[in-house]
This record gives sequence, C-alpha cells and structure tokens, in this order.
Amino acid sequence: MTILEILWFTLIGILWAGFFFLEGFDFGVGMQFAFNARDQKDREALYQAIGPNWDANEVWLVTAGGATFAAFPAWYASLFSGFYLMLFIVLLGLIYRGVSFEFREHMPTIQGTHIWERLIALTSFLVPFFLGMIFTAMVSGTPIDAHGNLSAGFFDYVTPFTLVGGIAVTLMSYIHGLNYSRLRIDGNVRVRASSQLKYLYPVLLAGEALFAILLFFYTDFLQTKTLLTLIILVVIVLTTVIGWFLTVKKQLEALPFVLSGLTLVEVVVLLFVGLFPRVMVANNPLYNLDIMNTSSSPYTLKLMTIVVITALPVTLGYQIWSFWVFRKRIVSHKVVE
Amino acid sequence: MVTLVGILDLARFQFAMTTIFHFFFVPMSIGLGVVVSVMETIYVIKKDEMYKKMAQFWGKIFILSFAVGVVTGLIQEFQFGMNWSEYSRYVGDIFGSLLAIEALVAFFAESTFIGLWSFTWDRFKPGVHVLFIWITTIGSAISSLWILAANSFMQNPVGYAIDNHMGRAELKSFGALLSNRQLWVEFPHVVIGTFVTAGFLVAGMSAFKLLKLKKAHPEIKFFRRSMNVALIIGLIGVAGALVTGDQHAFDLQSMQPMKYAAMEGVDKSITSSERKDKAQPWSLISVTNPDTHKVIAHIEIPYVLSILGNHSLTGGNTVGTTELEKEFQQKYGKTHSDIKDYYVPENTLFYSFRVMAMGAGGLLMLGVVALWMNRRKSKLILTQRWFLWILGVATFVPFIINTAGWLVTELGRYPWVVYGLMPISSAVSPNVSAMSLLISNIVYFLTFATLGGVMVWISRRALHAGPYAEEEEVESPSDPYDHLAKGVEA
Ligand code: HDD
Ligand code: HEM
Ligand code: HEM
Repeated sequence: MTILEILWFTLIGILWAGFFFLEGFDFGVGMQFAFNARDQKDREALYQAIGPNWDANEVWLVTAGGATFAAFPAWYASLFSGFYLMLFIVLLGLIYRGVSFEFREHMPTIQGTHIWERLIALTSFLVPFFLGMIFTAMVSGTPIDAHGNLSAGFFDYVTPFTLVGGIAVTLMSYIHGLNYSRLRIDGNVRVRASSQLKYLYPVLLAGEALFAILLFFYTDFLQTKTLLTLIILVVIVLTTVIGWFLTVKKQLEALPFVLSGLTLVEVVVLLFVGLFPRVMVANNPLYNLDIMNTSSSPYTLKLMTIVVITALPVTLGYQIWSFWVFRKRIVSHKVVE
Repeated sequence: MVTLVGILDLARFQFAMTTIFHFFFVPMSIGLGVVVSVMETIYVIKKDEMYKKMAQFWGKIFILSFAVGVVTGLIQEFQFGMNWSEYSRYVGDIFGSLLAIEALVAFFAESTFIGLWSFTWDRFKPGVHVLFIWITTIGSAISSLWILAANSFMQNPVGYAIDNHMGRAELKSFGALLSNRQLWVEFPHVVIGTFVTAGFLVAGMSAFKLLKLKKAHPEIKFFRRSMNVALIIGLIGVAGALVTGDQHAFDLQSMQPMKYAAMEGVDKSITSSERKDKAQPWSLISVTNPDTHKVIAHIEIPYVLSILGNHSLTGGNTVGTTELEKEFQQKYGKTHSDIKDYYVPENTLFYSFRVMAMGAGGLLMLGVVALWMNRRKSKLILTQRWFLWILGVATFVPFIINTAGWLVTELGRYPWVVYGLMPISSAVSPNVSAMSLLISNIVYFLTFATLGGVMVWISRRALHAGPYAEEEEVESPSDPYDHLAKGVEA
C-alpha cells in the first residue's frame, strides 16, 4: 500500500462527499417541485435557486467517476459493469433531470411546463435513492469472481439494508434541500420548508438508528472497525440532532444547511472508512478488491496528483465565487401580511 | 444462451448510438459557443444593442444544445466501465487519467461559467459578462482536447508499455500522449468542424426565418447580420477542415493503411511506377464485395489520388486491402489468433469519406455564394427564395458530415479497439447480460428520439417567435431584506 494509493482513495471519497453536499441540495430542491410548491411562482423560485449551479454540482459526479477510472481502473470496471442496471437508472434520471431544467421554460403552455417539472421532481427522488442503494450494496458484499467480475441481477441488490440506505440518502438530500430553500428563497416556500423540517428531522433520526442496526447485520464495519464506526455513527446522529435544534428552536438558516450537508458527507466518510483498504467487498473475502490490486501505476498516480494539486484550488475558487455571486435571496411570493 | 457475440454487438451498437447522438450536440455547442462569443464581443466593441440581442437569441439555442450535450456526455463517461470493463482494466492506466483531467480542468469551468453567463446579463458590465461566454467556449474546446487525446491513443497508441505481470498497458510518458501525431490532426480537425456546424446552423436557421418574414420587417436586418457572422465563422471552418482533413488522410497511409485503402477503394495495390502516367487514379464511385473484399466496379478520375496521397501530380504508392490483409496476418497472426481477418467495412468507409469531403466542398461553395449575396448593399438574397431554401436545408449537412467522419475514424479502426494492441472482441464487459444491454439500448434510443424531437421543436418555436418576442416575465431575484422587515415568519 503506497501513500499515493491512500491519497487517491481519500480523494475519491472527497469527490463523492463534495458531490453529495452540493448535488444533495439540488436534488432536495428538485423534490420540492412536488412537495413544496403551490404555484408557478414557487416553482420558478425553486428553479432560480439552483439554475446556475446544478450543472457544476453534477460535474463532481463526473469527476468522481473519472478519478476512479484514472486511479483505480479495476474498481471502475467492476463497479460500473456490476451495477449495470442501477447505474443505468441513475443515468436516465440525470439525463431527464438535466434537460427538464432547460426545457421547462420553453413550453408554450403551462401544462407543457408541468410535464418537465414533474420529471424534475421524480428524477430528483430516483437518483439519490439509487445511488444510496448502490453504495450500500457495494459495502455489504457482492458476488465478485476471481477476475473481479461481478455478476448479479437487479434484485440481488435489493435488501432491507440497501433499501434503508437508499431512503436515508434521499431523505437527507430532501432535508438538505429544504435547508437550502430556507437560505435562498423568500416567501411561502421558505415558510413551508421550515414547517416540513419540524417533522422530517425526527423521521431521519429514526432512519439513522435503523440504518446503524442494519449496518451491523449486513456489513463487517462494526466487527472490524468497531470504535471508528461507532464514533462516526454517533457524529451523524449528533449532527442531525443539532441541525434539528438549530432549525426548529433557534430558527437559524446557514448553520443547519451546513449541518445537513455534513450528514451526507459523514455517510460517505462512514462508508469509505469501513471499506478501507478495500474498494469492493466480495462475498468470498479472497476476491475482495482493494486499493492495492486495483490501482493504477505509480507514474499515473503521480501525474494525477500533480494535476489535482494545480487544478483543484482554481476550480474550487471559481465555484465558490459563483455561489457568492448568486447569494441573494429569491422571492417566490408577495409576502402575505 | 446468448453468445458473447450478442453482447459484443449490442455493446458496439450502444457505443455507436450514444456517441453519435452525443456528437450531434457537441459540435453544436462548441461551435455555437464560438458564434455567440463573437456576437457578444461585437456588442461590447460596437455597443450596438442588436448584437446583444443576437448573442441572447442564439444563446438560447446554445444553452439547449449544451444541456443535451451534457446529459448525453454523462452516458459516455460511465459507458467505459459499464460496457467495456475489460477495456477499462487493460488501458485504464492511460485512458482514465485523460478522462479525469478532462473533468477536472474543463467540465468544471464550462459548467460554472455557463451558469454565470446565462443568469447574470444585467448584473455585470458587458466587458466582464462577455468573459464568461469566452471561458465557457474555451473550456469546451479544451475538453475536446483531452477526450480526443484519449481517442488518438486508441487510433495510434503511444507513450505506453505492457506490464505482463499486471496484464495491462501502463502509461510511460504523458508527454508522448499529448504530442501524439494523431492528436494534432484530429483535434484541429474536430474543433474547426464545430465552426462549420454552428456556422451553417445559424446561417440556415436565419435563412428559414428570412423566408417567413414579410418585406421590410424590422427583424430582417437582425437575421441578415446573424447570417453574415455565422457564414464567416462557417467558412473559416470549412477551409480549416479541408486543410486538416487532407493532412489526416495523408497520415493514415503510414498510421492506418487499411483504413486509407478502404477509404479510397483500393483492393489491389497501385504502384505508380507501373503506370504510364506515373500517377494514381482516384475512385469517384466504387463498390466492394463485402465477402470477397474485391472491388467489383468503380469509376476513376486520373491523378487525383497522387495529389491526395503524395501531395503531387504523380507518384505515390497505395497499398491495397488484400495485400495489407496478408501483411497483418503475418504481423499479428501469432499474438492475436482470435482475429479472423483485418478487413474493415470498405463500402461504408468509402462513402462516408466521400460524404464528408464532398459535403465540405458543397458547403464551401454555398457559403461563399451566400456571403456574396448577403453583402450589405444588396438585397439579392431576399429575392432568391430558392437559394434561401438551399441554405436552410444545408443546416443539416454538417451533422451528416460529422457523423460520416466519425464512422471513418472508428469503423476504420476495426478489428482493434486500441490499434494493434487490443481487439474489440476482448474489450467488452463479460458480466453484463444481453438482456441488460438490450433494455438499455431500447430505452436510450427512445430517450434520444424524444430529446432530439423536443430540441428541434423548441428551436423552431424560438425561431418563429423571433428575438424580440415578449417572454413571460420571469420573476427576477430581488433583495430579500426589503421584505424581511414585513415579517415573513408571521
Ligand atoms: C470533440 C469533442 C467531444 C467528444 C469527441 C466527446 N465529448 Fe463529451 N463533451 C464535449 C466534447 C466532446 C463538450 C463540448 O465539452 C460537452 C458537450 C456539450 C457540453 O456541455 O460539453 C461534452 C459533455 C460531456 C460530459 C458532461 C460534462 C458536464 O456535465 O458538464 C461528459 C461526462 C462527457 N462529455 C464525456 C465524454 C466521453 C466519455 C466521450 C467519449 C466517448 C465524449 N464525451 C466525447
Ligand atoms: C463523439 C464522437 C464519436 C463518435 C460519433 C464515435 C463513433 C463510434 C462508432 C460509430 C463506433 C462503433 C463502431 C462499431 O460499429 O463497432 C464507435 C466505437 C467505439 N468508439 Fe467511438 N466515436 C466517437 C468518439 C469516441 C471517442 C472520443 C472515444 C474514446 C475516447 C471512442 C471510443 C470508442 C470505443 C471504445 C468504441 C467501441 C469499440 C468499437 O466498436 O470499436 N469513440 N465509435
Ligand atoms: C475535404 C474535406 C475533408 C477531408 C479530406 C476530411 C478528412 C478526414 C479524414 C481522413 C478523417 C479520418 C481520420 C482518421 O480516421 O483518423 C476525418 C475524420 C473526421 N472528419 Fe473530416 N474531412 C473533411 C471535412 C470535414 C468537415 C467539413 C467536417 C465537419 C463538419 C469533418 C468532420 C470530421 C470528424 C468529426 C471526423 C472524426 C474525428 C477525426 O478523426 O478527426 N470533416 N476527416
């Protein structure tokens, strides 16, 4: 195991974490097209809140995929071919979601606009749900053969654990999106977001508890890395509780948003810590894929490290600047007095 | 039981379908980026509001094509792992890094700045705002550099070594990847091809609109000016494509002779020294029997192949496909006994190449005439409705040319996925079921048909409405703090 291999495993974790933090809220905003919009003004405000950023947020996913390909080609090959149909659904979701944002405003009738807006809502549910399932299935053991090929049908991945995983990621994204709406949108959308959050936080806490229990039965995390796993689980729950408290009791906005993003990040941390140094867990431990037997050559890893060190600060710089440019609140409604 | 051939064919079909569809929108968005950037720059320099409207109007089409380009690109990014897992394992060390770099240095820039550009028309000074579109455009052009470096590696592998222990190809020199001879004809050729695509798209759509507009309609000026900007960019593109394309074809003689021979319809080698005129004839039409790989019939024009292949009136030496077949059998037969033969689909290559080259010739003439007819002082173009029709129909030609070009490039690489290194048949994912592939193929196909249809429909409506159409006012972002005091929480 070399430093570079560990570094790249960590970097890929960071890219996924970044993706869930950023696209997490724009999935959540997308879901609100169904559950937190009463009229066209609300929906327009929701769109305005993520319009300039959703594409750049999605590039985190593209980069996570590309980085996996570059640093651990055998992981990329096994993961994506092994989870073929699930990934296919994710891709379809992202395709329809992406075009819906652009198509909706070009429709001649309001009914036409609604078609694309329903699609935004639907796909914003589907994608995080299936990503959650893929990730939880990936860590809970899959039928990988000696060559690293994973052959299983769609339903082999559907277990109580993966279902709860999918739902948890979706719910976390929704809460994160509600927090984002409170931060970025004024008027009724914001008011409703606050009242929904009141009920959703306890539901999430219950979900997290269930997830922790299933984690024990479906993975070896709690057996092999007991202390670390427990700490992260506790941190996840604490983050949620504090977020709940600050939202409902203190009526704060910025901090709960950061915290709901952090819960998503912490889930990624949990999974990556539990995996390490493996990248895919095989039912037969002999065939586990890990960072040693899937990594690229030292030359490629070194090259990629240099690229990341030069490109990432610039990239982060203009992304943050872009969020700064679009910091102003959007008004969804004349305020009811 | 479905055999591996079934999987292979389905995976190939999927790759062809998804990349061809992706590449309808790629040149459209890179090229429209250029056109819109130029329009907005003219606005910044001349301060003529019409050019601002122009950038905004064509910018709408640009954003639509960009969005479809992005979502179809997503498939591409994951497709290598999903359908070509053996390929990914074998060359991931080289190929993966290029894809990752593309995302990191190009995709982030394009996507962030296109967001900034389209949402901040009224918030930045024109001189700053125009920078956003330029960064987006340059970002897309740079993204094509990386992906084409990856493709060039597959056409002409360089800078690698085989690691027998790991059973894969490993990167030895990044510099070699980036200075690949193939890359430096392919990259300019493709990028300049995007100029052609967007140039003739904007010119053609303007022509359709001019056909509809009544005499002395105020929008006439708008679309005539748009047409001029676009035609100039398009013509620069065609000229560039001719020069780089010629170099492309020239290089193939040494890099991929089988592709070249098939493109030119040469089965038996032509040796100039054996001919009276010392020159090589070029086939205008040629039919090859796909089973025997013999040319059954052809119409020849003397000298032309010498000009193309030897850059001179005489001379040159074109090795024919039958001879190359023998040569390759000897060269690769031992190491790649699973490959039956090295022939490529001759007829497809031959005609695809002619479609591209002749299409380019046609566009060149059309563009020059159009530019002359549309000159400032003359109203000629408005009276010649038939010409506007031709120009309108020419909108679609670059899309056909682009696809034809890729067919030459990609089918001509047969039977290799990485030339001389890895056959296509050993690149496919062995663990993906034919059923999964079939389902995804069908759904992708339906999806593309829908997206393409909606896209064309929206573009037509936008054109019909025109640049000065009143849009339903979108609630603009306003300062919340005016409202806060009024008690939202109440
Ligand atoms: C010559 C140029 C070119 C070629 C051959 C390809 N692409 Fe592409 N791609 C682009 C030029 C481009 C672009 C111009 O940069 C796009 C199109 C529209 C856009 O928004 O960006 C893009 C978008 C795009 C995206 C979405 C980026 C985003 O979310 O912003 C991905 C993931 C890919 N591409 C990946 C690929 C892969 C894996 C290809 C190989 C089969 C491929 N593209 C061929
Ligand atoms: C966007 C423009 C492109 C188009 C339109 C295109 C077109 C095609 C077509 C038509 C095929 C199918 C050939 C067959 O019947 O098997 C193909 C195959 C393939 N291409 Fe491309 N291609 C493009 C770019 C690329 C790039 C940039 C890469 C790699 C970086 C690439 C890699 C492949 C691979 C891996 C296959 C499958 C193996 C094969 O059948 O040869 N293509 N492409
Ligand atoms: C007379 C003019 C042209 C000639 C001689 C020419 C020549 C070529 C050749 C030989 C190839 C195959 C390269 C390979 O397999 O490595 C090619 C590919 C291609 N051509 Fe052209 N071309 C011409 C015009 C155009 C135009 C006008 C366009 C676009 C509108 C275009 C778009 C493409 C594309 C997209 C490819 C595939 C990518 C590549 O390999 O560069 N070509 N061209």
